[in-house]
Amino acid sequence: MLELANVDAGYGGFQALFGISMSVKPGEAVAVIGANGAGKTTLLRIISGLLPMSSGAMTMNGVPLREIPPHKVIATGIAHVPEGRRLFPRLSVENNLKIGAYIPSARAKFSERLAFIYELFPRLKERRSQLAGTLSGGEQQMCAIGRALMSGPKLLLFDEPSMGLAPVIVAQVFELVRRIRSEGYTVLIVEQNVRQVLKFADRGYLLEAGRIKTSGTAAEMLASDDIREAYMGL
Amino acid sequence: MQCELDIFFLEAVLNGLLLAGLLALLALGLNLVFGVIDVVWICYAELVMVGMYGINYAYKTGAPFVVAALFGILLVAFAGLLLHQLVIRPVLESAPINQLLVTGGVLFVLQAAATLAFGIDFKTLGIRLGSLNIYDMSFAYSRIITFAVASAAMLVLWLFLSRSYIGIAIRAIAQDRQIMPLMGVDHRTIYLVTSAIGGGLAGLAAVLMVLQYDIYPQIGQQFGPLIFMICVLGGLGSMIGGFIAAFLISEFIAIGGSCFATEWGYAIAFLFFMIVIFIRPQGLFGGKA
Amino acid sequence: MMRLSRSALIGLAVLIALPFLIRFFFAGSERYYLHLLIQIFIWAFIYTGWSIMGRFGLTSLGHGAFTGIGAYGCVLLWNYVGLTPWFGIPIAIVAAVLVALLVGYPCFHLRITGHYFALLTLALTEFVRLCIVGLRDYTGGSLGTQPKRYGDGFSLYALQFETDRVISFYIALALWLAGLVVWMWVDRSMDRYALEAASQDEEAAASVGIDVTREKLKVTAISAAMCALGGAVYGQYQMYIGPDTIAGLGVSLNIVFAVIAGGLWVMLGPTVGAVFTQVLSEVLRVTIQSTAGLQSAFGSSVLALDTLIYGLLLVLFIIYMPKGILGTILERREKKSASARAAPANAV
Repeated sequence: MLELANVDAGYGGFQALFGISMSVKPGEAVAVIGANGAGKTTLLRIISGLLPMSSGAMTMNGVPLREIPPHKVIATGIAHVPEGRRLFPRLSVENNLKIGAYIPSARAKFSERLAFIYELFPRLKERRSQLAGTLSGGEQQMCAIGRALMSGPKLLLFDEPSMGLAPVIVAQVFELVRRIRSEGYTVLIVEQNVRQVLKFADRGYLLEAGRIKTSGTAAEMLASDDIREAYMGL
Repeated sequence: MQCELDIFFLEAVLNGLLLAGLLALLALGLNLVFGVIDVVWICYAELVMVGMYGINYAYKTGAPFVVAALFGILLVAFAGLLLHQLVIRPVLESAPINQLLVTGGVLFVLQAAATLAFGIDFKTLGIRLGSLNIYDMSFAYSRIITFAVASAAMLVLWLFLSRSYIGIAIRAIAQDRQIMPLMGVDHRTIYLVTSAIGGGLAGLAAVLMVLQYDIYPQIGQQFGPLIFMICVLGGLGSMIGGFIAAFLISEFIAIGGSCFATEWGYAIAFLFFMIVIFIRPQGLFGGKA
Repeated sequence: MMRLSRSALIGLAVLIALPFLIRFFFAGSERYYLHLLIQIFIWAFIYTGWSIMGRFGLTSLGHGAFTGIGAYGCVLLWNYVGLTPWFGIPIAIVAAVLVALLVGYPCFHLRITGHYFALLTLALTEFVRLCIVGLRDYTGGSLGTQPKRYGDGFSLYALQFETDRVISFYIALALWLAGLVVWMWVDRSMDRYALEAASQDEEAAASVGIDVTREKLKVTAISAAMCALGGAVYGQYQMYIGPDTIAGLGVSLNIVFAVIAGGLWVMLGPTVGAVFTQVLSEVLRVTIQSTAGLQSAFGSSVLALDTLIYGLLLVLFIIYMPKGILGTILERREKKSASARAAPANAV
């Protein structure tokens, strides 16, 4: 589905990613783990087009992403739930969802998908006319996921969905992601909460200082002593 | 001085309200553009002036007023597009001072071009609508129409901004610019649409103003600073703030003007503005300063 | 004390000798050229005054108010109170500084910057213009007014010197030099570092103990005082002041444009801007007035043609030369010398 080959990227003179090659297959849940500043967020920003790559190749279902402008990436079926949720605080919940369906192919299916999301997250339906900025952290995460789903994506990118949330809510958020997964969406998730994320992912990549250090199935990674020591404090 | 609580005072208050409609419309366009693109069109009032000349030209060549009015609106909407494409876009990444100045340059250009094309003498459409007389009070129909049309236009704009995809995108981009590509929104399209709407609002204001005021190249200087003041008072980018500020300022102008002389009405309004700003520099409803 | 470089000393000597050179080379039109130079120096002083504040990111459109307060304060005190400009000008300057601080304090305290600050100061300009127009019984309204002549038109007491162009020239030159000295003084004092730190990152500057508000108020006061002084001297030299020539939005915009055109970041930038704008408008005026074809095509409104070209140049300048004339030249030269220095290193 998504293929990256030898991707380099950076900001200005600073290079953040070095020769990243990875793939995500349909129906998989893939986790990217690593310390702060390892380049995890940069990786997602590259994939969704927020940041241009400096060299390498990337395709989504055969479409070369390097050749299309950032705002067209979403039409290839990639939706990005950004770090910190980034809802539009002074728009209502429903308008936040509506802007998720901005692309022409999504507009036609707006009411159908809205009903689906309200079914998935009844809380959002209750708060549909409330301003998104007044939602609780967990509800905001629901709204952000709902907004991403409105475009009818095939692949969902999650950037630190548990960040800044209380421990009780973190469990809820992982439950949300699990549900998305069970709806048949392919998921690429970036997390610092290594144990939690590897519990439901199929495969994982470990990113260190902008390079892929190791990769393998989630079970292998959970069992690796290096990872247990460095990222789970065991 | 006739500053007593009599019928003339009431007349002044009501006339102030009628003026508020027009000023709110003018402030709305500027606020919309600033909220979305983060650039102030210093030449905004000059775009209105261009519209007024356009309407005058079309009307004098024999077009019915409605057609001339439509022509004026489209003309200024197009001018807004051009302004963005040719002048604003190249400086979007520059310092705010350069963005301000570049539209300041356009102000000079438009004023001078109007002088060259139409001369310095006052022009008028010659439409007389008469006035409505209730008790001892008199209200020009042109002002009443202006108020009604401006209110209707603001309502339509509100519906557009809260219902349509592009409208919601316009409000969204003012809140978080960076993530717009994730929604599949091309900010360049939104900027162009916003500029055209901003211009269109200026064009509509021009339609309403030709009914009330004479046209001359410097008319922008009469209204420009007033519009900026209203926008700042309400909080730059805040449309509701602009609305309330327009109301406050027009009351100061109308009441002050009826008690003293017209320009003292303006001066009092500006003084009020400075005092409010001293207490609340970000404006009454300003979040982003 | 500052040490002047050789080229600066030569330049200064040439400037001091300039009236005599003009008398020698342009005997017939001596008064005209001196007039042009005087205007350039007075405006260069005002522009330099603006840039003292502008280069720290405080983009004021309110300096038309300060020049207006300076000019009108001085003339009104003379005409109606009989107070000599020797006292009138300091009083006008104090008034301008007070207004500047009154508007500046809440802005800086609450960190109002950018477009917002510009519009706020624009409103100040407009307020002052409206007051001038509203007080038409004293100020002559939009038609402007004149300082009352004292004696035969040249008087130290009334500070009226316009009849003698050479003396006017030296006054303007001294004013301009004083402006440059102030610029250098501000540039060398600690204020600059504090302000630069502040304009980059106010939070950080505040956290290392810089009182950002106070530093900003300091440059604002200096800048407003210079513009008020410049406005007053301009009025005394022209022997006429009007809301459009020395106060109001047009003046504010002209100040900012000239500085940007010349170069905001270098000391002589505003001066180059003054030379450029004054010479440009003079050349345009003369060319247009002497071209019969234009006269017949546009009639009396032909005078707007120079404003049109001026505005177009303004737009083009900001788009294509945002560092200004002098800034761009210096940058090019620096690049050249850098590559010249790099070349021999490569050869070895």
